[in-house]
Amino acid sequence: MKLTKLAAAAIAATIAAGPVLADLVFPSLDYRTGAYAANGIPFADGYADYFALVNARDGGIGGVPAKVIACETGYNTEKGVECYESTKGQGALVYQPLSTGITYQLIPKATADGIPVHSMGYGRTSAANGKVFRNIFNYPANYWNGASIAVNHILAEEGGDVKGKTIALVYHNSAYGKEPIRTLEELSKKHGFKLSLLAVDHPGQEQKSQWLQIRREKPDYVLMWGWGVMNQVAIQEAANIRFPMDHFIGIWWSGSENDTLPAGDGADGYKALNMHNVGSDYPLYADLKKYVYDAGKAAGAGDQSGTVLYNRGMYAAMLAVEAAKTAQEMHGTKDITPAMMRDGMENLVIDEAKMAGLGMPNFGPSFSVSCENHGGPGLGAVQQWDASAKKWTLITEFGPSDMDVIGALIAEDSAAFAAENNITEGCN
Amino acid sequence: MLYREAGDFKTSYAKDQQTFPIALDRWGYFLTIAVAVLVVPFILNDYWSNAVVLPFLIYAIAAIGLNILIGYCGQVSLGSGGFMAVGAYASYKLMTAFPELNIVFVVILSGGITALVGMLFGLPSLRIKGFYLAVATLAAQFFLVWLFNKVPWFYNYSASGQISAPERSLFGFAVTGANAHPATSYLFCLGFVFVMAWAARNMTRGANGRKWMAIRDMDIAAEIIGVDPLKAKLTAFGVSSFYIGISGALLFSVYLGAAEVGEAFGIEKSFLILFMVIIGGLGSMFGSFAGAAFMILMPVLLKNIMVGQMDWPTDLASHFQFVIVGGLIIIFLIVEPHGLAQLWRLTKEKLRLWPFPH
Repeated sequence: MKLTKLAAAAIAATIAAGPVLADLVFPSLDYRTGAYAANGIPFADGYADYFALVNARDGGIGGVPAKVIACETGYNTEKGVECYESTKGQGALVYQPLSTGITYQLIPKATADGIPVHSMGYGRTSAANGKVFRNIFNYPANYWNGASIAVNHILAEEGGDVKGKTIALVYHNSAYGKEPIRTLEELSKKHGFKLSLLAVDHPGQEQKSQWLQIRREKPDYVLMWGWGVMNQVAIQEAANIRFPMDHFIGIWWSGSENDTLPAGDGADGYKALNMHNVGSDYPLYADLKKYVYDAGKAAGAGDQSGTVLYNRGMYAAMLAVEAAKTAQEMHGTKDITPAMMRDGMENLVIDEAKMAGLGMPNFGPSFSVSCENHGGPGLGAVQQWDASAKKWTLITEFGPSDMDVIGALIAEDSAAFAAENNITEGCN
Repeated sequence: MLYREAGDFKTSYAKDQQTFPIALDRWGYFLTIAVAVLVVPFILNDYWSNAVVLPFLIYAIAAIGLNILIGYCGQVSLGSGGFMAVGAYASYKLMTAFPELNIVFVVILSGGITALVGMLFGLPSLRIKGFYLAVATLAAQFFLVWLFNKVPWFYNYSASGQISAPERSLFGFAVTGANAHPATSYLFCLGFVFVMAWAARNMTRGANGRKWMAIRDMDIAAEIIGVDPLKAKLTAFGVSSFYIGISGALLFSVYLGAAEVGEAFGIEKSFLILFMVIIGGLGSMFGSFAGAAFMILMPVLLKNIMVGQMDWPTDLASHFQFVIVGGLIIIFLIVEPHGLAQLWRLTKEKLRLWPFPH
């Protein structure tokens, strides 16, 4: 028994000593293997490269170096738990799991551990209500904004009237794919279009029957909530049945180069949403070349630079770095804790001047986060694929979504979560 | 020399029939239990609990369950993932519908519900055998996953189809939910593992187990000597599903906390548990534990060595993990087709004769 106590004391001592707060730790729960690797790799590369740039160019965040700990999840929730537990003890400031399933898992765990989670454009949509989800952020836009922006785009294309039209939703049969359904149902009531739902099971390689159904039913528009290999297959199948590609709109997770390139010319005109700008025509890329690529510090194979998802990974990292800076200013200390990071995220302000100063002018919408709104403004643009030039271009401005419909749904869903978990709403 | 039967006299039938007839084995068993109960809870931290020990314990229950069906009764099943989903969704519905119900009863009732579902899907086993039965249980796997995805009642009409375990406690200590201390979740699962492994061991050497084994070895002969195949096969399906259901309930409520049927309980899970049983050893309790340990702990160990110690890129390590685990499976099956349990048995045989083999 004495030995047991000794061992327990030894363990307690190691835990109490804890990690030395030398670096600001940003775990990257990424996936470079499995059915979702095609989309996971560019995001992970962009995320890592931005931190490498901040370290090499500015000497870190406010002078403290940032450390990215990569952990392979394979988009699998059990591995995600392992990754979370193995990195949280090292002083992790914020988690960006890039998986809706893992986000759902981390919401209670991270809340209990006091570590913020930033699920940028994915995860549990009602986390936008910061009064209930104190530690969870999903700015600048979420799935329900996405659904509404897609419908708004269709409204604009159709001259404001979609009565009697049919919109089909091809979705990944998981929490991720099911998220927009409720919003689309509300919108279909409001605007009078018919909604047809077509589920695609993980991993999404087999979609013949769904596209056969689309060919038979001839919906006017097809929306897609896909990820990984599912995107490539869907775009190829749409091209095979000669579906008009400019009537096929993907969410921001279904619109990267890796999704459209395999279908060749068939993918020309395919549209997808985006929450930030595309391309590599920014002063930041000159810095990246100088400090990261030429210095041999690029993550992964280094061939993803300038792609849509690489930009998104970079954007996620930029928002994390800016939140960390905000936290450093607020609390007057360089070595911030996860709780300070949470405050920084809640008081984050991104405006045009700030982005221009970072070498990313006009990269994304201006927004600010508050306790009431962890979801940002919910702005999004539509981008279109040009198969001959092999590049995406934004074809609209960053437009608003229907917050009347979405706000009510967020309030309802977050109230249900609060009731289930005995949370009293509030900002203190 | 050390590990031997000489001098260990059995003076009663009960002693002669005990599970561990050799003194050293018995002491090893008591020591393992003592360490598991008295030492491990004190040295367990979040990482060891959530990433290593809990999944091992929970999958060990599932492996014991499937071993009863395949190893003892000879009925092949590929539906374990689906049955785990039944356990998980049953526990979710019970937890949310009856918030006052104690978590122990929630888990046991989930096992009971899964047992009923398992017996239903076990009915075809009376007509079909072998590979054909495997296909029928495969249908159960796909049907159950489809069902839990399709019918919103099972996930309480939530927008995303995710189920999340609310916090439940036992004797004032949180067992499920994010605030559970690693030691309490561990002891909770350990309690289930201990009772269920003990029950399974004694069930399989009693009258029921002998009936199952008779069916496994030759069903026509078993029928001639008076074993009712209907009863034997259905009890095997029921007991096996009960175990798998409990493991599914624990996997969802204690270990994961949130789950989604297609991702957490897909066909991969059925294969994982089947591999545990085959690699561990068919028809062996020790094999179920060894198989679960091999399939759950090996990837975590390899990851920690390759990424943590050797600093390899994560994708390379992840690919290598497949290569190494796959290679080890092939090596084990070539060296000993009857699994890790048989390797262990042979080691013990050799140890008995050591150092004077004849």
